[in-house]
Amino acid sequence: MSEPVKPKRPRGRARVVAGKCAACGARCQSACPVDCIEMTDAGEPLVTADKCIGCLKCVKVCPAGALEMFFTPEEEKILAQLAGTALPEVDEEELERRRRIDPYRGVWVFVEQNDGEPARVSWELMGSGRQLADSLDVELFAVIIGSNVGHLAQEAFCYGADCAYVLDQPVFARYRTEPYLEAMCYLVDKYKPEVVLMGATGMGRDLAGAVATRVKTGLTADCTGLGIDDKRNLMQTRPAFGGNIMATIMCDKFRPQMATVRPHVMPLPERNPAATGLVLPEGFDISEAAIFSRVLEVITDKSGKDRVDVAGAEFIVSGGRGLMAKENFAILEELAGELGAVVGGSRSAVDAGWLPPDRQVGQTGKTVRPKIYIACGISGAIQHLVGMQDSDVIIAINRDPEAPIFEVATFGIVGDLFDVVPALTMRIRELKQARA
Amino acid sequence: MLVVACIKQVPDTTQVQIDPVTNTLIRDGIPFIVNPYDSHALEESLRLKDSNGFTAVALSMGPPNAEATLRKALALGVDRSILLSDRVFGGADTLSTSNVLAAAIQRLAEQDEIGIVFCGKQTIDGDTAQVGPGIAVRLGFTQLTLVDRIEKLDLAKKTVTVRRKLEGRYEIVEARLPAMITVVRELNRPRYPTVPMRLASAKAQVEVWNNEVLKLDVNSVGLKGSPTWVSRIFSPQRTEGEILGDGMRDPVGAALLLVDRLLEEDLLAV
Repeated sequence: MSEPVKPKRPRGRARVVAGKCAACGARCQSACPVDCIEMTDAGEPLVTADKCIGCLKCVKVCPAGALEMFFTPEEEKILAQLAGTALPEVDEEELERRRRIDPYRGVWVFVEQNDGEPARVSWELMGSGRQLADSLDVELFAVIIGSNVGHLAQEAFCYGADCAYVLDQPVFARYRTEPYLEAMCYLVDKYKPEVVLMGATGMGRDLAGAVATRVKTGLTADCTGLGIDDKRNLMQTRPAFGGNIMATIMCDKFRPQMATVRPHVMPLPERNPAATGLVLPEGFDISEAAIFSRVLEVITDKSGKDRVDVAGAEFIVSGGRGLMAKENFAILEELAGELGAVVGGSRSAVDAGWLPPDRQVGQTGKTVRPKIYIACGISGAIQHLVGMQDSDVIIAINRDPEAPIFEVATFGIVGDLFDVVPALTMRIRELKQARA
Repeated sequence: MLVVACIKQVPDTTQVQIDPVTNTLIRDGIPFIVNPYDSHALEESLRLKDSNGFTAVALSMGPPNAEATLRKALALGVDRSILLSDRVFGGADTLSTSNVLAAAIQRLAEQDEIGIVFCGKQTIDGDTAQVGPGIAVRLGFTQLTLVDRIEKLDLAKKTVTVRRKLEGRYEIVEARLPAMITVVRELNRPRYPTVPMRLASAKAQVEVWNNEVLKLDVNSVGLKGSPTWVSRIFSPQRTEGEILGDGMRDPVGAALLLVDRLLEEDLLAV
């Protein structure tokens, strides 16, 4: 009187979807538990179907959707018969994951400061952190470490923080990796945040890399987009391969999920001077004798007052190879003068010695987000685009209608910048005189 | 005393292009180069060899073909070149990469005292700047990032004084050795290999260490040891812009159109 034997659910086998592999670095091969994937010289997988056990690991790990499962016609038939019956859903791995990450709650933003002066990127991150905290329905914490930095807590509340951990001790007067690392790890260990954000600045990157290694969690650099998925995981989007593609990075098995964001990538939230929050003073014992580095001197960039801040400018007139010579930047300076803009440039302009390196916009230079960015004689290499594509309005002036800069431009003029730019300057000057 | 330069072979990302149909990277024919920042790290290690008699070691984790990069390091004058290569190291993020590199440096430290580990400030393909700090933390070395000048090296006192290049300021920092230093391009100008060195390097041996040598837990390296993973890759979305006027024949007209549009959209305050 035994029941009829149920056919076993076929698991299928993995195969490569032609043309989709991105040669990500053999993730599928590493994921395969039965070694049935070999890599070609081009970095693409070859699946030995006989050995495949249909575990789906390679399919799940592939970032490009280049692997799929396939079934023989007989297997398809069995699948059709089984359709409607419930799938077995006991995933030990998933339960273990939840147990591990569950104690972690809250979103943190590390408030970077130098001599008590906060870095603007910290407040930009407070805006992103606020959104994440709201999606997760948790509180947003500012983490303030330094000496005589108590005033920053109120500032953090104005930009959206609910609470602020404050570690205010002389030993933190100047940023050094060791004491800040120890302090951050102490706080992370004690309060277990689920997300930690830091600015992708010299200091932020120095600290974030150290903290993530110590607490053995994932860290995603230079994020341009942050969001929360349906399982409370942080979706971290960033440019990859020099900005040629975008990648969404997950750190779903570990907490905290750490990310850095470059200055001017996120908009500065509106400051609410009436906001209040909860100050949580913290103490952490670390003696000077245990620290093996000392800051002997801080040299602020020479001529402090006429230093031009491209990254913070509201209007930027930028020049590239099309300017042909250093002297020709004078016509950009004239237009910039009328607009109250700052002159920046592409890497070619800087490499040619036409502009100082601190004016360089792009991946190896500054990321900018002005109200108007005017690109003159810049073809728009991807490395340049990733540094300015978030500007509110982009104006491209270039002789080559095929130049990639037109792909990101709000308004484009296909023409000779030596004709167009002076005409623009003249027109704006006329308008100003007419109004005066 | 040893000086170690960590270098990475990377695709020349300035030459990468996207296939407009499939939206994937066109990889055919893209040259591999030494990560530009790492060549400055390599140069600085060679300078310590020249000035202080350090033994210079170049270290790289990568697939077997990364041997080419390590051979270049030999041509430039390093005493040893070691490739850390194993299937289980593949698919690594920065956390598991620093695990392998730190383990290799630890192994070198059993043979001779380590003075400084140099890394480039970041790579041009990953752009994370995380592997250097990862190595420093794992080894307990002093961490000094973004260094553009070595001010002083005091081997008697075992200290190094460097200048760090930060946003709008420089910091002069004195730190204990051993140290992990990440370097920016202003630090030095890399040398070129001489012809005799290049010829000699063709025959020289690049050592290969796999996980049988490093004996790391396979769950702490490669993809398995990586807390982060890529869930999706896609091409950046761009909205089509608007071309104004005929700038070639009538540049002044096009300029007027542009100013009008900016005024219309209230973008210009004049």
